[in-house]
Amino acid sequence: MSGHQTYQPRSPFMKWMERRLPIAGLVYSSFIVYPTPRNLNYWWTFGGILSFMLAAQIVTGVILAMHYTPHADMAFKSVEMIMRDVNYGWLLRYAHSNGASMFFIAVYIHMFRGMYYGSYKEPREVLWILGVILYLLMMATGFLGYTLPWGQMSFWGATVITNFFSAFPGIGESLVTLLWGGYSVGNPTLNRFYSLHYLLPFVIAGVVVLHIWALHVVGQNNPAGIEPKTDRDVVRFTPYATIKDAFFMICFSLVFAWFVFYTPNYLGHADNYIPANPAVTPTHIVPEWYYLPFYAILRAIPDKLMGVLALFGSIIILAFLPWLDTSPVRSARYRPLFRQFFWVFVIVCLGLGWLGSKPAEGGYVIASRILTIYYFAHFLIILPILGWVEKTKPLPNSIAESVLHDGVPVGASAPAPAKV
Amino acid sequence: MSLKRSILALTVATGLAAFAVPAFAQDHSHDVETPPKQKWSFSGPFGKFDRAQLQRGFKVYREVCSACHSLELIAFRNLADQGGPEFSAAQAAVIAGEYKVPDAPNDAGEVVDRAARVADYFPKPFPNENAGRAANGGAYPPDLSVMAKARTYERGFPWFLIDIVTQFQEQGPDYVTALLTGYAEKPAHFELPDGSAYNKYFPGNAIKMPPPLSDGRVEYTDGSPATTLQYAKDVTAFLMWTAEPKLEARKRLGFQVMIFLLVFAGLLYFTKKKVWKQVALHPEDLKPRDPAPGEYRPH
Ligand code: HEC
Ligand code: HEM
Repeated sequence: MSGHQTYQPRSPFMKWMERRLPIAGLVYSSFIVYPTPRNLNYWWTFGGILSFMLAAQIVTGVILAMHYTPHADMAFKSVEMIMRDVNYGWLLRYAHSNGASMFFIAVYIHMFRGMYYGSYKEPREVLWILGVILYLLMMATGFLGYTLPWGQMSFWGATVITNFFSAFPGIGESLVTLLWGGYSVGNPTLNRFYSLHYLLPFVIAGVVVLHIWALHVVGQNNPAGIEPKTDRDVVRFTPYATIKDAFFMICFSLVFAWFVFYTPNYLGHADNYIPANPAVTPTHIVPEWYYLPFYAILRAIPDKLMGVLALFGSIIILAFLPWLDTSPVRSARYRPLFRQFFWVFVIVCLGLGWLGSKPAEGGYVIASRILTIYYFAHFLIILPILGWVEKTKPLPNSIAESVLHDGVPVGASAPAPAKV
Repeated sequence: MSLKRSILALTVATGLAAFAVPAFAQDHSHDVETPPKQKWSFSGPFGKFDRAQLQRGFKVYREVCSACHSLELIAFRNLADQGGPEFSAAQAAVIAGEYKVPDAPNDAGEVVDRAARVADYFPKPFPNENAGRAANGGAYPPDLSVMAKARTYERGFPWFLIDIVTQFQEQGPDYVTALLTGYAEKPAHFELPDGSAYNKYFPGNAIKMPPPLSDGRVEYTDGSPATTLQYAKDVTAFLMWTAEPKLEARKRLGFQVMIFLLVFAGLLYFTKKKVWKQVALHPEDLKPRDPAPGEYRPH
């Protein structure tokens, strides 16, 4: 099990190939002998799950595109016809629409994992920022895709979201006209959204390559948040990480399949089965569930421009996380205070999500404001201060030690819980 | 310790802010009632349509609703599809033959009507939306093809989470049945616009659809009760099929997929355990030793 072995081609063809394009060697060093910390838990399987979901979205999407008609008068019907007349069309469509939600569930777990274990800290800042870019691209792709069936929510969701851009002083109006391809959401909008919805997943795939490249330069973080020091701290990627990833990917697929086969419309909106009608506004225009926390932040702020800036700010701020968190200790395991603030933050995000689905009135708005302030305070006040005041627990000497002693360093004797 | 407690307090406070505050922001939408839950043969993981019910429902649609509502996404051939009402191919052809559809222009360029064939779609009752509005006091009777999925009502916390597990997703059918049986005397304070009927479940309570069903309106030959409620349930089941014609195939395949994934997950779990045993650590592994040649080094 010694570390970086190099690939030794055996067959004459592979020898010939390896001198010209060492792709087998790349695969070998990246996915076979690549050393991974031996203490990774199942929260680390979500990177693999995300790659799987991207592939699933591209495969189902490309086939849907063969049958879909991007025209304002025909899109709704063409999606219905996919469900009725294309062999397994219902499966493709439900796998794609629920796949988008599963993709977001996975990315949220993946991001909270990173926050809990401090995976964004030195030297993984670029890796983290690439992740934030991927998340932004996913949000754009999901939004564009949701307009394609051209139901009431497609149409009005697109109208509301594109309208945000009109808040920008000066350029706002022209920007919105450009997005719409006219003076309201209509056929040109659908055409350009379709084109972009087809394009962005491949941009995502490209950024995923960079993300994984950066990962393989700095190595994976791990639940102990310390770097591997010796051979005993790591295991080969294959078979150890591969089998673990595979197992959990199948568990995740069980959830995915549950939604696709049993409650395929649960995550969608009934209104989207009403064909788009510019003359009738739905009573509540609600975006897809994965945007709800940001929607709550947007509506918490009375001023339109400030609301839009807060919305974008709440995502952009993630990119600065490596510098806002001032603690040198990565893992929340050894940060008793941060650990609690982390869970408060998770609850705040869930609360914002719930508020985003409610009408913007009365107590809902007040609650949204409180939670929005907390959201930003978490990054701008709590994290910087925690790093300075928190008394962290002693770190284990090595990953192997943390595995054998359940995280307690040898010599720290009786594990008296660090007083806070 | 006190800091710890204050964090706890904060957690509770935010939790309360998020979940308790809305209590005083309750929706004030007047007299609209929540549809009562019905029993549906197609609910749950093994749900299937009841063929006889779909055939009765089709009869109700044909004899009552089709006067005003189109069913654009359904062709006559669908009536014979597996997992639907499953009329025989011959029956579907006979039904189609009873409808007239415009033919392609003939050699003289005239469009004349011909008897429909199984490949044709159900003709619409009105030539265009305005004609539909003009005949219905200004309201257009919407197409019913996906109606059973296009309506819902709010489940609220925690039901919306429990529904994932119980697979409850029949809000649409519950609503349609409730709507069809929900006509009532208007409450004294309610201002009913001219040409509208009062309905307990329709948003705003004033609907432009006159009560379409009444006891004995459609003749049933299979002994099912000829009541408004039975008609409503039957036509709703039929509309659920038009909205989700592949429901049975979906649930059937879903069960097979779940079994496959469960077995696969079990096999992978035990394989994983076995593979990882090979690299289990032992206390002596922590003793310092010289690195082996070629050993892993930190980056
Ligand atoms: C006399 C014409 C007429 C007949 C017959 C009729 N409807 Fe309607 N229906 C309407 C009109 C008009 C509306 C629109 C009501 C409105 O928007 O106020 C409507 C609306 C509806 C709606 C939508 C309500 C909503 O939530 O928007 C449903 C569902 C419906 N009808 C079902 C049926 C069914 C099922 C039948 C047969 C049993 C039927 N209708 C028979 C005229 C009719
Ligand atoms: C990052 C990956 C992707 C995400 C997150 C995503 C998301 C979505 C979403 C949310 C919808 C609306 C689903 C619905 O309500 O019906 C949608 C529809 C659609 N997508 Fe994608 N998609 C992705 C990749 C792709 C790709 C690669 C293609 C084509 C090459 C594609 C083609 C389509 C088509 C044709 C539709 C309309 C059909 C339908 O509504 O089901 N998608 N997508």
